[in-house]
Amino acid sequence: MKIKGKVWVLGDDIDTDIIIPTEYLAMKSIHDMKQYAFSPLRPELAASIRPGDIIVAGKNFGCGSSREQAPEIIKSLQVGCVIAKSFARIFYRNAINNGLLLVEHDLLPELVTEGEDITVSVGEYIEHKDKRYDLSPLPTNLMEIIAAGGLVEAMKKKNSRND
Amino acid sequence: MGYTCIEKIIMKNLGQNHVRPNDIVTVNVDRVMIHDIFVPFVADKFEEMGFEKIWDPEKVVLIYDHLVPTSRVEDVRHFQIGDAFAAKYGIKNVHRGDGICHQLMPEADYVKPGDVVFGTDSHTTTYGSIGAFSSGVGYTEMAAILGTGQLWVKVPETIRVTIDGKLPAGVMSKDVILRLIGDLGADGANYKALEFAGSAVDSMSIASRMTIANMSVEAGAKAGLFAPDEKVAEYCGVSIEEIPDISADENAKYAKEIRYKAEELVPVVACPSSVDKIKPVTEVEGTPIDQVFIGSCTNGRLEDLEIAAKILEGKKVADYVKLIVTPASREVYRQASEAGILETLIKAGAIVTHPGCGLCCGRSGGILSEGERVVATNNRNFLGRMGPSSVEIYLSSPAVAAASAVSGRIALPAL
Amino acid sequence: MRMTISEKIIASAAGLEKVSAGEIHTVNVDRLMSNDGTTHLAIDMYNTLLKKPRIADKDKLVFIIDHNMPADNPKTAAAHKKMRDFAREHGIAFYEGKGVCHQIMMEEYVRSGELIFGADSHTCTYGALGAFGTGVGNTDFLYAMVTGKSWVLVPPTLRFHLTGKFREGVYPRDLILTIIGDIGADGATYKVMEFTGEGAKAMNINERMVLANMAVEAGAKTGIFEPDEAALEYLENHGRKPKYLFKSDPDAVFEKEYHYDLSKIEPVVARPDNVDDVVSVDEVGDVKINQGFIGSCNSGRIEELRTAASILKGKKIADGVRLLISPASNTVYLQALQEGLMDIFIDAGAMIMNSNCSVCWGGCQGVIGEGEVLISTGTRNFKGRAGHKDSKVYLASAATVAASALAGKIVRADRVIA
Repeated sequence: MKIKGKVWVLGDDIDTDIIIPTEYLAMKSIHDMKQYAFSPLRPELAASIRPGDIIVAGKNFGCGSSREQAPEIIKSLQVGCVIAKSFARIFYRNAINNGLLLVEHDLLPELVTEGEDITVSVGEYIEHKDKRYDLSPLPTNLMEIIAAGGLVEAMKKKNSRND
Repeated sequence: MGYTCIEKIIMKNLGQNHVRPNDIVTVNVDRVMIHDIFVPFVADKFEEMGFEKIWDPEKVVLIYDHLVPTSRVEDVRHFQIGDAFAAKYGIKNVHRGDGICHQLMPEADYVKPGDVVFGTDSHTTTYGSIGAFSSGVGYTEMAAILGTGQLWVKVPETIRVTIDGKLPAGVMSKDVILRLIGDLGADGANYKALEFAGSAVDSMSIASRMTIANMSVEAGAKAGLFAPDEKVAEYCGVSIEEIPDISADENAKYAKEIRYKAEELVPVVACPSSVDKIKPVTEVEGTPIDQVFIGSCTNGRLEDLEIAAKILEGKKVADYVKLIVTPASREVYRQASEAGILETLIKAGAIVTHPGCGLCCGRSGGILSEGERVVATNNRNFLGRMGPSSVEIYLSSPAVAAASAVSGRIALPAL
Repeated sequence: MRMTISEKIIASAAGLEKVSAGEIHTVNVDRLMSNDGTTHLAIDMYNTLLKKPRIADKDKLVFIIDHNMPADNPKTAAAHKKMRDFAREHGIAFYEGKGVCHQIMMEEYVRSGELIFGADSHTCTYGALGAFGTGVGNTDFLYAMVTGKSWVLVPPTLRFHLTGKFREGVYPRDLILTIIGDIGADGATYKVMEFTGEGAKAMNINERMVLANMAVEAGAKTGIFEPDEAALEYLENHGRKPKYLFKSDPDAVFEKEYHYDLSKIEPVVARPDNVDDVVSVDEVGDVKINQGFIGSCNSGRIEELRTAASILKGKKIADGVRLLISPASNTVYLQALQEGLMDIFIDAGAMIMNSNCSVCWGGCQGVIGEGEVLISTGTRNFKGRAGHKDSKVYLASAATVAASALAGKIVRADRVIA
């Protein structure tokens, strides 16, 4: 799987309240909420993101609450993947469960500039300015969830087998 | 070779006599908690997954606390969906406006030492205070647990934090955990468990330990654990013999060990807008403030209100400053009322609201305006959490919060 | 002399010997109250419309934040900040989170014989002490703030003679709803409702406030009582003296006189969406409720809290029903704490909010959702007032609200107790 897209660069500790403030959490659908994504930090960002764009951030992306709206909203903005130096634990699980691709990379967030294009080949490498950076493969149990298309689909399959 | 506290809980849960960090295991869940904000999503995902019944409705607790009291017309939709979901699948444990989920879970006996508990809220780590492995999950995983009673987890490495000695007057467990988060960084315990020990921890009340376990997640931790002792036994209404042995072995292996001398700790604040931007109060003393908030699952308990009342007794909240106090639960309100604490607070000019998440979750209860500054006892000071992004949130102990309310500026408690 | 209480207050405020209904006079305003419902708008007008803005007498002004207290979003927080900053800059008396404006005014400021304007329709409450209080809009408020003066059309007076005693379980709240049901929501438009007779005299000031407060719901400019020993005692307890002790002259002209025998009054409710659609609680039929509210400038005082506590004591509110209680001020809150009423409410499963307007006007706390039914001691039951446009509000006494919260449907309190 290969993703090529324009990069949006964010800093360290992008917390779940930045990704989606509590103010909007009780809206009926992710669709209603997504216009407010990242609004405390960059109110213009949600409207600027185009399908396939890539978010690159520093350490501890998604720290804070368990709100799964955070990865769901990023996914619904059709972000190709999020590359960060590290991800917070609950956010990581929530993203995998919703089929949002996360890539951990120490170096890349230091090198890219907003607006540049990069290519991500999942589990293999990131390509930036003709240079390739290796990626390690995802653990098998997570690959299984992703392969099923997220946890809902995985459970659906399991339940239909039980019938 | 020995095991850490969390390894022992997981081993007990699996019925195994060995696990190691980074093992991926499937645990059997002893209890789950779902709160009002996420219940519509849990219900949707649960049905989308094709489940027809909940694995064990007795083990499910539904708590309305984030939207209590309601502040928007759409809020009651969450109660309606929650009530309908509970009725359809036979969930009996429903709390509507009885307090904050993390206070109610231990207080109403839903959690026991050694249990494995998941909640749709990151501060589910609170129950580590009584020796449970408890952690936050998203609503999709919660839906899967409701159907299967199980969840996969990676056995985390453990960081051991030892605090020996006696905390100085005016230094609370909040100062301890803030200091630790500052030292570790907001991601310093990512994917790991924190384990707390030492004589200062031994002499802490359960409430004080809850503050520490609660905020462990702010360093990224999966759990913040205390080995159960006599105090836990008493709190849980069991004898110490009934509590499974989940204390860490002496030769347990830790990813890291951190030690503090209690006597060297001082009152601190987390400065805007990161939980790990920790400074001693003395460095920010005198900063003018507009509001003070005492409450939340971190610091809304009786001892928190008690120390605030002690500081506010016979004094008045500074002019043009608001002090908002939100007890963590109905029970806490009741006890604070009986002890005369609420009376003292109200006489001092505090605004006492109904138990709930209140201002901490940023949907009501004292939202601030452009450029305003608040000292708050809750767990997060993220950008935009309590109003526009220009609002500055300083996290502190209830003692610092109360002293600041009196002076109208960030202040050290005189205790 | 041939003047009513109201005419005498207006005459004295106009510096005239005598005024009569129908005349328009320029008056000096004794005090001006404004809350967070509209003060930010008046401040904007003050700052942008006036060439040389000035305040006639800052000591006559009182700013009170009560409607969205505590703030529930950045917009209301910004309105509060504007008000707080302005009050601070100009040295205006300022209250935030201390209670509902009319209760604060009664506890701290109102004196018998004063003419008071408030940027809130329920300013008529102050008639309980024999003051002429009336609600005005921003523009009137701003004019009075800048000049210290305003104009008034001297209103004709309707006089209500109250005789007899309430039966057990019937309250002033039931009386005023009954009166509004009888005369209609426009039955006293531009007029004064003056309450007199033994029945009025037997009421304490808090009970009189319940009547005066809702005069505006019949369209009245104010509701007023003759200040008597009870008024003097209230003022003394609050460290104040009356300005004037006016009585209506025996030969004063009243437009119409009404007679009510209190012993004939029954527990009633005003049905949605009109305050004058009033029926006996027994006639209301099977109405399930989602929420109850005890509070507001109408019925959030110690008497109502005691009544509610006597019904809720040792009982639990119905499953799924929310009962919200907001004492009218921190003084009331404190007294309720000391009397153990709060413990009773908490044990019964009620939610105790800070002192605010909240549910009464659908702001900040206790907002109701689509299709929900609220029974409330608030002042109005207009469509959508307490939340979603498709929700319903019934108005009733604290006793009826408490009993209904226990039953999960609208019932008379004596039915629950029995």
